[in-house]
Amino acid sequence: MTLRDLKPGQEGVVVAIAAAGSMKRRIMDMGITPGVKMRVIKVAPFGDPIEVNVRGYELSLRKEEAQQIEMR
Amino acid sequence: MNMTIALAGNPNCGKTTLFNELTGSKQHVGNWPGVTVDKKEGVYRKNKEVMILDLPGTYSLSPYSAEEIVARDAIVKDRPDVVINIVDGTSVERNLYLSLQIMETGIPMVIALNMMDEVEARGDKIDCEELSELLGMPVIPVVARSGRGLQTLMEAAIAVAEEHRKPKPSEWFDNELKSTITEIAECLGDGDLDERLWKAIKLLENDDVVAKSIEEAKADSVRKLIEVANKSMGGDVEATIADDRYQYIGKLIKQCVRKAQREHVETRSDKIDKILTNRILALPVFAAVMYVMFACTFSENFLFVEGLQSPGKWLEGMVGDLWGLFADSVSGVVEGMGASEWAVGLVTSCLDGVGSVVGFLPLVLVLFLLLSFLEDSGYMARVAFVMDRIFRHFGLSGRSFIPMLMGFGCSVPALMASRTLESDKDRKITMMITPFMSCGAKLPIYAMFAATLFTDSNQTMIVFSIYMLGIVVAIFGALILNKFAFKSDVSHFIMELPQYRVPTAKSVMIHAWEKVKGFAMKAGTVIFASTVLIWFLSNFNFSGMCDMEESLLASIGNGIKWIFAPLGWADWRASVGVVTGWIAKENIVATFGQLFGGVSDEMVEAVMAGEEALPAIGEVFNRVSAYSYMAFNLLCMPCFAAVGAIKREMGSWKWTLRAVGFQMATAYVVALLINIVGNLLF
Repeated sequence: MTLRDLKPGQEGVVVAIAAAGSMKRRIMDMGITPGVKMRVIKVAPFGDPIEVNVRGYELSLRKEEAQQIEMR
Repeated sequence: MNMTIALAGNPNCGKTTLFNELTGSKQHVGNWPGVTVDKKEGVYRKNKEVMILDLPGTYSLSPYSAEEIVARDAIVKDRPDVVINIVDGTSVERNLYLSLQIMETGIPMVIALNMMDEVEARGDKIDCEELSELLGMPVIPVVARSGRGLQTLMEAAIAVAEEHRKPKPSEWFDNELKSTITEIAECLGDGDLDERLWKAIKLLENDDVVAKSIEEAKADSVRKLIEVANKSMGGDVEATIADDRYQYIGKLIKQCVRKAQREHVETRSDKIDKILTNRILALPVFAAVMYVMFACTFSENFLFVEGLQSPGKWLEGMVGDLWGLFADSVSGVVEGMGASEWAVGLVTSCLDGVGSVVGFLPLVLVLFLLLSFLEDSGYMARVAFVMDRIFRHFGLSGRSFIPMLMGFGCSVPALMASRTLESDKDRKITMMITPFMSCGAKLPIYAMFAATLFTDSNQTMIVFSIYMLGIVVAIFGALILNKFAFKSDVSHFIMELPQYRVPTAKSVMIHAWEKVKGFAMKAGTVIFASTVLIWFLSNFNFSGMCDMEESLLASIGNGIKWIFAPLGWADWRASVGVVTGWIAKENIVATFGQLFGGVSDEMVEAVMAGEEALPAIGEVFNRVSAYSYMAFNLLCMPCFAAVGAIKREMGSWKWTLRAVGFQMATAYVVALLINIVGNLLF
């Protein structure tokens, strides 16, 4: 299951990051690392991007980026 | 004794507010060379020997964005005497990630724990002494907005700088990782130990930039060490390093931070966002905000009152009138002194040149007051959030919307607004295509052609189609630039949605004023020089002063007219029009008025408003070539003021020339296509 599959209000824990290179680094720099809890807050009006809560603050990321974050 | 203090921290942590408080008005905003990143330097108000450098806000010291590279080079290469790391007290966990990375550089460091007022309001408690003990550096609670704690902060920072007190070495890596780091550092030869250790960590993080800087001879042994490390740590040293840092931060938080409320309590920002990013309400709210912003700056029917000037237009008018008075009196004085015709002309054109710079300042000021307010409040991030889906398809992001929208009013502030974009690549591309948005000054050109040559068609449709053309070309332009000019730069969208905050009037004004000043200085010289040049070319030939028809500009126009033959308008008057258009696009109408038969000023005004026709242009233009000419002027290099703004924001002539070259090429190709296809169809 990836972050993309979570619906607003749902929570999950990050298992692994499937991205590579600068994308991966960016994801980790923003606090998304294996073991961290994340919650989806909402989806933007046009359907993309999504807003999530991680380590106490709000992030927005595109669904294609959320796809690369494996969760449980 | 001169000291340099660098301010580093996450975006939205209050760093700029702190910078403003410490330096007051004694600050200077420039550009880091070759990138669209502000370089902000200032002098500490209370001690002229202390120079403060406000680094761009970053989340880490990775080498993937222009901001990060600028920030880390400023720390690692330029080695300030001390780094003040501003940490947002309401979001300590994430902020400390950057702190640890700065500690890894070995530069003397102090932490300013900001937004303590909000921390206290929430009921959270942060034990600064404990944190200071654990990190081995002063941790000073401050409230930048109000100035609380700043004296203590600066005293601590200066003391640390004078003692060259380095932070504790990295305790967050386990022994195996630590020894690998040391081994790699040894491989790297003899430079400064701190720098080598930092590079070692970066190499283990797959840092391309550092990797490239290693000599070939050493690169091999380094690579082997990295491979070994990867194998023994389960394959992903990069992730391990990030994880180690966060684990350590977790321990720090546990010991030093006590939160009053459990997580997932709805903050005030969450509540506000329920409306502002609501599936249904977000767009109408956004449209209203944009409309208000646009109206305040550009509207001449403000608040729907016919003829009531908006603050922006009113200020522009007032400044313009004042300048006009000043210019007239100076001209009068010069004439009265019996100066020769050309001297009077030169003075007048110099005054006009400066006047055109001055004329833009009110628009820039009003627009930036509004934009700064929106940005500092946190709303801009929501705009990007909402608009991203659309812009993503062109290789841009939601943040490009505001500058491009502003471009319909005037490119100058629009180009300056592109600073709010997240990446250097996005900023550059947006700046290159923003002038394709048909600005207010281009409208008189369409009005003239519509009234003269398109009398039996729907004139509104013609004008509307030109606006659409601009948008379509901008989209294609973005796609092409993304594909060919910037293909190596990756774009990701992960963005923070900061807490909503009420911006301080002071910070909004300082921000807006900096923009105005920057434009006046940097863009001003470009505008001034080119205005004088064009004046000279249009009023002189080799025998001295003359009419425009016999001037050097006319000769140049004659000389280059063949270039435009494929576009359908190979006439010297058309080429001269293009050139005078570069001073201000609406000048084309006045130029045509002059060159096509000495038409009066009142007539020119009427033509610009679309009320009168200019039949003489029919000698040169038919409907197809008129459309091609309008397209060319829409897309080609914008007025010198806008070029000046591009130069100021791009930070280099190289990029300015690239932008202009791109626009000229686009204009030529599009006008050519219009001429060819138009002639086939009509």
